[in-house]
Amino acid sequence: MMSAQHLAKMANDIGAFFEAMPNQDQAARDVAEHISKFWEPRMVHALLQDVEDHGTDELKPVVRNALFHLQGELQSN
Amino acid sequence: MDMPFLSPHDTDLGTPEKISDQQVSLHIDGHPVTVPRGTSLMRAAALTGLSIPKLCATDTLEPFGSCRLCLVEIEGRKGFPASCTTPAEEGMVVRTQSTQLAQLRRGVMELYISDHPLDCLTCASNGDCELQDMAGAVGLREVRYPSIEHHHLTAQKDDSNPYFVYDPSKCIVCNRCVRACEEIQGTFALTLSGRGFSSRVSPGESQPFMASECVSCGACVDACPTATLVEKSILEAGQPEYSVVTTCAYCGVGCGFKADMKGTEVVRMTPWKGGKANEGHACVKGRFAWGYATHKDRILTPMIRKHITDPWQVVSWEEAIQYAASEFRRIQGTYGRDAVGGITSSRCTNEETYLAQKMVRAAFGNNNVDTCARVCHSPTGYGLGMTYGTSAGTQTFKSVEHSDVILIIGANPTDAHPVFGSRLKKRLREGARLIIIDPRRIDLVQGPHFKADYLLQLRPGTNVAIINAIAHVIVTEGLVASDFVNTRCDMESFQAWKAFVVQPHNSPEAMEPVTGVPATQVREAARLYATGGNAAIYYGLGVTEHAQGSTMVIGIANLAMVTGNIGKEGVGVNPLRGQNNVQGSCDMGSFPHEYPGYRHVSDDATRHSFESAWGLPLRKEPGLRIPNMFEAALDGSFRGLYCQGEDIVQSDPNTQHVIAALSSLECLVVQDIFLNETAKYAHVFLPGSSFLEKDGTFTNAERRISRVRKVMPPKGGMSDWEVTVALSNALGYPMHYSHPSEIMDEIARLTPTFSGVSYDLLDRLGSVQWPCDDQNPEGTPLMHVGSFVRGLGQFMITQYVPTDEKVTPKFPLLLTTGRILSQYNVGAQTRRTANMAFHSEDRLDIHPHDAEDRGILDGDWVGVSSRSGNTVLRAHVSERMSPGVVYTTFHFPESGSNVITTDNSDWATNCPEYKVTAVQVTRVRQMSDWQKYHQQFDEMQQHLLRPGPEQMTPS
Ligand code: SF4
Ligand code: SF4
Ligand code: SF4
Ligand code: FES
Repeated sequence: MMSAQHLAKMANDIGAFFEAMPNQDQAARDVAEHISKFWEPRMVHALLQDVEDHGTDELKPVVRNALFHLQGELQSN
Repeated sequence: MDMPFLSPHDTDLGTPEKISDQQVSLHIDGHPVTVPRGTSLMRAAALTGLSIPKLCATDTLEPFGSCRLCLVEIEGRKGFPASCTTPAEEGMVVRTQSTQLAQLRRGVMELYISDHPLDCLTCASNGDCELQDMAGAVGLREVRYPSIEHHHLTAQKDDSNPYFVYDPSKCIVCNRCVRACEEIQGTFALTLSGRGFSSRVSPGESQPFMASECVSCGACVDACPTATLVEKSILEAGQPEYSVVTTCAYCGVGCGFKADMKGTEVVRMTPWKGGKANEGHACVKGRFAWGYATHKDRILTPMIRKHITDPWQVVSWEEAIQYAASEFRRIQGTYGRDAVGGITSSRCTNEETYLAQKMVRAAFGNNNVDTCARVCHSPTGYGLGMTYGTSAGTQTFKSVEHSDVILIIGANPTDAHPVFGSRLKKRLREGARLIIIDPRRIDLVQGPHFKADYLLQLRPGTNVAIINAIAHVIVTEGLVASDFVNTRCDMESFQAWKAFVVQPHNSPEAMEPVTGVPATQVREAARLYATGGNAAIYYGLGVTEHAQGSTMVIGIANLAMVTGNIGKEGVGVNPLRGQNNVQGSCDMGSFPHEYPGYRHVSDDATRHSFESAWGLPLRKEPGLRIPNMFEAALDGSFRGLYCQGEDIVQSDPNTQHVIAALSSLECLVVQDIFLNETAKYAHVFLPGSSFLEKDGTFTNAERRISRVRKVMPPKGGMSDWEVTVALSNALGYPMHYSHPSEIMDEIARLTPTFSGVSYDLLDRLGSVQWPCDDQNPEGTPLMHVGSFVRGLGQFMITQYVPTDEKVTPKFPLLLTTGRILSQYNVGAQTRRTANMAFHSEDRLDIHPHDAEDRGILDGDWVGVSSRSGNTVLRAHVSERMSPGVVYTTFHFPESGSNVITTDNSDWATNCPEYKVTAVQVTRVRQMSDWQKYHQQFDEMQQHLLRPGPEQMTPS
């Protein structure tokens, strides 16, 4: 669902807002929270799948960290 | 339950209300009366039920004292003062009737009538003429000046305006029209020239109305006591029998109107004095452009078809609804529960929107519901929600009367929110200071008796850079409102934000190359905003429709907090909402992640309350937003869409992408009043009803909930809410309502901020601003008094991130978009009215330098291309734009403005970046390929709509 490139861009745009925060851990949690609050599950899965298939080169560091949180959340659900 | 019918004639107390702490008591004709100091004798008399004859006075205008009909006697004073201009004083004893007064008044009337045509019986204002009434009131029986020269009787009529006529032969030179245009509308289009009986009212330099500065607001027509200025609709239909109070269905100002009726025919819309958003004023759209409701293009019968290349088949409501429901169920059976969704519209009522999202969540069983606010003010919801805790503006419109400094960002109120624009201009004439941040030189930069102190004419896409630079100045120059910040805001967030804004890269000097705005101007404007007294921010889509739309809303919220401009009159953060019910459609839970009242679908307590009320389990994951729906349609996982009153093909960006997405749907159901651009891709068409045909409520930009009242039966046979109910029933999720008031009762039961709202309350108060609950039973005009809704105000860091949409040698100009006064959004309504006389095509505004470089002359056809597509418009060479920036409106589908806009969007909400598109402009000779496609497709669809006789037989 949706081009992975597009989803990565959306995630990076979110990252660009939160990465300005002083606390990078918090920033990654905020990115993760934003994605899980506003993205339909198909989109989240597609992004995670793409990362699994192609790595995280395209993603900002804060987004990469956010994806760990998201994965964790999905597993705990 | 509904408000009783009103008389079309308002009571007129003669002079405006005066507010004072002190009261004065006096006697008028023996009756004791107490009024606020400053009140005129005329008004004091009217308040006791006495009416003093008058012609030049009316309670919407300051008194003028010219007609001398309102004379009274005051004990202990000589002569006969005019009661409209004489203030009531303590202990006065006033007489409004005596033999001498009667004689004087008769004399005055005699003079007026001697120069007035005596065609009362055939006059359009017969029955609604103050001159006629006054002749009766003063007992005029004869006119002794038959030989007087008739100065006016032969004067020519001016019927250049499409909506009203000016017949100078009937003018009594009372000056009410001139004052209305100045005091209420603020356009100063009319003047009174000449003296005494030979004086005349004329627009501009004795021009016809259409050639003058007049903006057709109708204020002068309302104010005119005679038939001199009169609506053409009244000339045609005659005087109304009764009136019904309702709410304008155009912009987010939400003006109250009286629909003046004859049977079930509207003969006039007059602004309602009791309407708190507009207090008796209106603009050309609401006042005059309502004829679309009965336009021949209305589609009044349900229609279906299998493919979009098939002719439409007219079917019964039942068949259309059954077909739509069976298609949705088939698609869900084949592709899964999440393969369908719905879009609600900000044009629809709260009740309709609520039902549409309920149907999606309960009957479709997913959260795939979104609203057109996605493409306008979704960043407002996000930004204000995060910082203040509530997704709405903080003030009433009236609050601007207390503002000392007004900061307008990315908004053009005199065109897009005209009645608020008039309030604003009034405050500016009284001396409030003005700062404008806009890439365009909008009308408010300079006007009659006001001038902006600063115009920060920034490059499109650099809003956040400017707001950070302003914050930088405020913090580094020690202008922080420390008391407010210390007591009202979250200090940790403030410290982090402060550390961010003081960084040198945020200074006006560092940002100057980015924004193109001289640093000294930014510094001075920042000082003025922070130190000039009550400072209010008004902003529009020039803030939200950017890749950093949400960041900018947050930046604005930070700025108001750091200067303490929150929680009192005259200050605040005020989003100017585009459509009539943007606020309401957001409030009603038409976002894929939120229930009514902005509560996340994952919040268990909220979800359980809806589950128990609606009787089924609900999903806790967010659904698809509109752009996600398009993406999902293109990849095949989304196949069916219910689109209520929203024209996504014309209004959403990157038209070709939208069309590709819709063309891949198996079932598109469109509910609308016209075969709009989206309906041309539909499989089921359900006739919608106009605002005149329905009961419900709209919520304006001040959170004000006002009633919309049905004045005629739905032309297609079913109200919009009944259609949604029928569709839900057919989907197997029964809904039971017998009137929209019951829907509102359900909303109130399930939404804490609406818990006190009911139709009874609205009938009693006229309108109410949410939150309306036990603590605020009559609503909340002013938000965040004492504390923020979220507790402490939250500062957030707003790093400027340049948009990806950059100028390149291939696309060297930046295109931005906007609206004009006479047309409304996609234009489906206004294009079907005489407003076409004011603006009949979208044009491309281009700076003379850029035009010259390209050999473009005013009026030339020019091709505009971007990385999304290209279209052709006519050029308008104008200095309103800076060099390098071009501008167009988007009211006509054939212009294809959104063929050029891209699918870049706001990082938080996916609100499209309409306001920045890199383009190239060249002279051309023919339509673009897209326009040719559009023309052909449109012709085909019109043909499929009106098939030849052989295709008419129902299947
Ligand atoms: S219609 Fe409005 S703008 Fe035009 S002359 Fe009358 S008051 Fe002025
Ligand atoms: S046009 Fe009407 S309002 Fe204006 S001066 Fe004449 S009578 Fe008065
Ligand atoms: S200002 Fe807006 S709400 Fe008021 S009449 Fe005009 S369009 Fe309607
Ligand atoms: S009404 Fe007072 S002078 Fe005209």
